[in-house]
Amino acid sequence: MTKKEWPLWEVFIRSKAGLNHKHVGSLRAADAHMAIENARDVYTRRSEGISIWVVESNNLVASDPSDADSLFEPADSKVYRHPTFYDVPDGISHM
Amino acid sequence: MRDINISELERKFQEKIDNDVKIEPNDWMPEEYRQTLIRQISQHAHSEIVGMLPEGNWITRAPNLRRKAVLLAKVQDEAGHGLYLYSATETLGADREETIDDLHSGKAKYSSIFNYPTLTWADMGAIGWLVDGAAIMNQVPLCRCSYGPYARAMVRVCKEESFHQRQGFEIMTQLAQGTPEQKAMAQDALNRFWWPALMMFGPSDADSKHTAQSVQWKIKRHTNDELRQQFVEVTVPQAELIGLTVPDKDLKFNEANGHYEFGEIDWTEFWEVVKGNGPCNKDRLDARRKAKENGMWVREAANAFAAKRAARKSA
Repeated sequence: MTKKEWPLWEVFIRSKAGLNHKHVGSLRAADAHMAIENARDVYTRRSEGISIWVVESNNLVASDPSDADSLFEPADSKVYRHPTFYDVPDGISHM
Repeated sequence: MRDINISELERKFQEKIDNDVKIEPNDWMPEEYRQTLIRQISQHAHSEIVGMLPEGNWITRAPNLRRKAVLLAKVQDEAGHGLYLYSATETLGADREETIDDLHSGKAKYSSIFNYPTLTWADMGAIGWLVDGAAIMNQVPLCRCSYGPYARAMVRVCKEESFHQRQGFEIMTQLAQGTPEQKAMAQDALNRFWWPALMMFGPSDADSKHTAQSVQWKIKRHTNDELRQQFVEVTVPQAELIGLTVPDKDLKFNEANGHYEFGEIDWTEFWEVVKGNGPCNKDRLDARRKAKENGMWVREAANAFAAKRAARKSA
């Protein structure tokens, strides 16, 4: 029973207030609490963060890279969603 | 079932690499690319972990509190680097415990440099300056490696290692400017670590069986000999500046092409150390095996504590 391996955790760090948590890597730990303690030692030895999230890797659901075309291609053809698509006469400002 | 043949997948894979698009864990990749990376990244991880031993040897004997705190921080960084890298091997489907057991059984390799003993305090200087210097030269191009998780780990490692090299050079500089005995100690460390540091770049290009494929896959950006030459170019003037002599009677600066020429590496010694016959190979592996066996209770205790905490929470 005690031979079981520690689960894998994905680590996300908020580098400073106002910024979002960003994935930095993963580590092994026996539970979530210890995962946070380990993440403090492994990923924030040089003031890289003020907040840590850990998620057990098993609980992460990711899109399949082979679905990338069907998921993301539709956005590529909609250039009118970007402001640069539109002509603005010379002399117009604040737009 | 999608009907895409392998050669088409391989063509698309190489096209991504040629266009500098990173490969990520869930992307299709040739099995050989996966295996090459698992081998290289796990060797790299083992080197970080085994690399803690020669320096750990001096933590209790650092000459003052500042040096002790610095060395402790450096060795802790090496542990961190090993952990980033073991995680990177796991993204490729490698089993972490098996990877570590391969080190302990002698099946997996690690950098030959860590099989040399650290006899004096000056060796802490020589290791930081030369060994971390050579490692940085190897690792900076790896920050642009085609495999995303490895490249990202290398960015962190390189940022952290620049302090490692500086602290080593500071030790060497101070010893070189110290008493005659201290200067002799620094020179002796340089004498013993210079050639093993050059060997860190691996066999010469003619004998390096993995280089060509790794360059094509952009796992490697430069050949072993190119990196070794670059290391000599930057390190020799540093030695001269602090009044130490590089132990190579054939070393000379070629005015015509602006490059250093250096003597022949003792490849017999290199292969002997790689094969396990270096001065400390046995000690290093014994220490790692013992660390796993004697530390097993910590893993078990953490599991037991996690179970207790979970039970208390659900109660």
